[in-house]
Amino acid sequence: MMELLLLPASIRSDVPFGYWWHLLIFGLGIITLLLTSVIIFIWLERRLVGRFQLRHGPNRAGPFGLLQSVADVIKILTKEDIIPSRADKLVFWMAPVIAFTPVVLMLGVVPVADGALLADLNIGILFVVAISSITSLGVFMAGWSSYNKYSLLSAMRTVAQLVSYEMPLILSMVGVVILTGSLSLNEMVKAQSVPFILLQPAGFFIFFTASLAEINRTPFDLLEADSELVAGYNIEYSGMKFATFYLTEYCEAIVLATLTATLFLGGWQGPWLPPMIWLLLKIGLVFCGIVWIRATLPRLRIDQVMNFAWKFLLPLAILNLLVTSLSVIFWPAAPAWASGLINLGMLAVFILTYSKFFKPGGKTVAV
Amino acid sequence: MAIKTEPMFLNLGPVHPSTHGVFRMRALVDGEVITDIEPVFGYLHRGIEKLAEGKSYRQFLPLSDRLDYVSSMNNNMAYVMAVEKLAGIEVPQRAEYIRVIMAELQRIIAHLLAIGSFFNDMGTFFTPFFYMFIQKEKITDLFEMVCGQRLLYNYMRFGGVSHDLPPEFIPALTRFLDEMPAEIKKYERLLAENEIVLARSKNVGVLTREMAINASAAGPVLRASGVNWDIRKDDPYSIYDRLDFTVPTGTNGDCYDRYRVRVEELTQSLNIIRQAVDGLPKGKVLNPVPLRFRPSSGEVYSHIEGNKGELGFHVISDGSDKPYRIHVRAPSFINLTALRNMLIGWKLADAIIIFGSIDICLGEVDR
Repeated sequence: MMELLLLPASIRSDVPFGYWWHLLIFGLGIITLLLTSVIIFIWLERRLVGRFQLRHGPNRAGPFGLLQSVADVIKILTKEDIIPSRADKLVFWMAPVIAFTPVVLMLGVVPVADGALLADLNIGILFVVAISSITSLGVFMAGWSSYNKYSLLSAMRTVAQLVSYEMPLILSMVGVVILTGSLSLNEMVKAQSVPFILLQPAGFFIFFTASLAEINRTPFDLLEADSELVAGYNIEYSGMKFATFYLTEYCEAIVLATLTATLFLGGWQGPWLPPMIWLLLKIGLVFCGIVWIRATLPRLRIDQVMNFAWKFLLPLAILNLLVTSLSVIFWPAAPAWASGLINLGMLAVFILTYSKFFKPGGKTVAV
Repeated sequence: MAIKTEPMFLNLGPVHPSTHGVFRMRALVDGEVITDIEPVFGYLHRGIEKLAEGKSYRQFLPLSDRLDYVSSMNNNMAYVMAVEKLAGIEVPQRAEYIRVIMAELQRIIAHLLAIGSFFNDMGTFFTPFFYMFIQKEKITDLFEMVCGQRLLYNYMRFGGVSHDLPPEFIPALTRFLDEMPAEIKKYERLLAENEIVLARSKNVGVLTREMAINASAAGPVLRASGVNWDIRKDDPYSIYDRLDFTVPTGTNGDCYDRYRVRVEELTQSLNIIRQAVDGLPKGKVLNPVPLRFRPSSGEVYSHIEGNKGELGFHVISDGSDKPYRIHVRAPSFINLTALRNMLIGWKLADAIIIFGSIDICLGEVDR
């Protein structure tokens, strides 16, 4: 199985029905891997958060509590599926599907080894960006159709957050695109003889922060801010539909980890171990980082989230783009340490300048 | 161009994760901004003051535990002191010292919980809460040693306390006193200078000095507004005039100051306990008082510095063995007086942490 998976895309023309075999293997592979890894990552997150909070985390069901997520799935599938009587039923039904599907699609362009990916689109990264926004539409539909004031507030926050963070996210990816000279994710991984996190620390910082906001993780988890909005957009969902949202959330985290690993950590590249294992290890590492942030940081307020995106991340992303382009034009043969240092220096100067103008706290709105 | 918006009523509570019980706020929100708010009380009304009229003085003692259930020792002490003043009962010195030790330990518990849930409201996903809960449990163990209970202690009696300290208590207490300063330092390192904490709580929910005094706020809420008023200093009771401690005050009266004042008070409480343990005299802990006694008719008001502010008992006797009327000056309730002024104009997320920083206990608000 492993050998088949790792075959480059050129196999399609060699074997009969090669194209269809390729689709089948990768389609099934992505979905099974994603769903099983969600179960494992939920367990991992709960265990890790437990450790961060000086407690054990789930450890009763199965060895090390590994079966806890399975038990949760069984429980949630047998729950009653409730639809509020005043809800917009069609939208209410469609929302989980619309939220979930694009997340799976995004994995289709991520290589697990050289050339081993579902579709080696030459516009790979553009596809990811385009598709990733659709999830927020599903979230908005869920919040809007539930006929609940909390979920309505959550839906409004979704739109605000999506609009703000899409820009720096895309601009930070452009830095990588400039260095690679290609939009294909496969080419990007191959171009990383030195992982881009070393060449583009600022880009990595922007990308990671902005995608934390995109997937609604702490400190940007305003959509489901449980201390304010109780559960946010999915407050009226139960049973399988709720499970789909939950699944979406974790799949998004995994996809974010995958993209971070692919764009900045060298993807499947690495010595000794098979490429796919390297990719999985890197995904796990990034995911642990996300969990660490979740267990540590408080949540920002909605206007602070907006300010952070428009007044800090966006200028930083533009600056990063500018500096990267200039260095590619004028010093194309720059050694890795030099471009890394330039980027880091830019980040430091920007943050220091910004902190001069940044004042904590807030102000009331005149009513 | 201004967009035409429509205000919407948002019901926060009585069942909501951040209302610290069953408090309810009917908020009129314009988008995220709160334009009007109406607190609704009484969901936990148990008629404790009325119940007192049908019980003997001693029978009311366990009920006083149930006022502010995270500071039972303080409630006990306030009530017991009021009745002692009414009936002229003497208290042995050792009992006074033990009472002060218990009251200060209880203050540490309540402040730890207040700080922990304040950060929970801010969205830290329970991590500070668990850190503080671990220390809280250690104090609870100490209380269990003394009186066998872990939440509602019913430990104090008219004329002293119910049991003397067991021999293992003082070593365990000393161990706790030795390790607690390091713990406080740890909380400080993790939270006090966190950028998001500063951004969320500095200058948020300002209660000015005048407003605080006019609303007759008390305790940390008043002191954070810069008023140096602590009944332990300004109207010393028990043995507080013999102890050396300072009263921490804030300057701005914002959420951050309220949190700071509580943290400083932790250290001061440890300080007080250390002095009380050093000066603990030998002797009996309970002066015999008849089971049913009849104080001569009259009325008395006695107050102590509870963990949330001035906790006073107004007891009226008509010469029988039952109180004619007991009124509790519940600091949680009175601190809420300024709530509306503090909340209007702030965003929903701010409202939650402003409310959390006042630190109320519904058992005491509704009685």
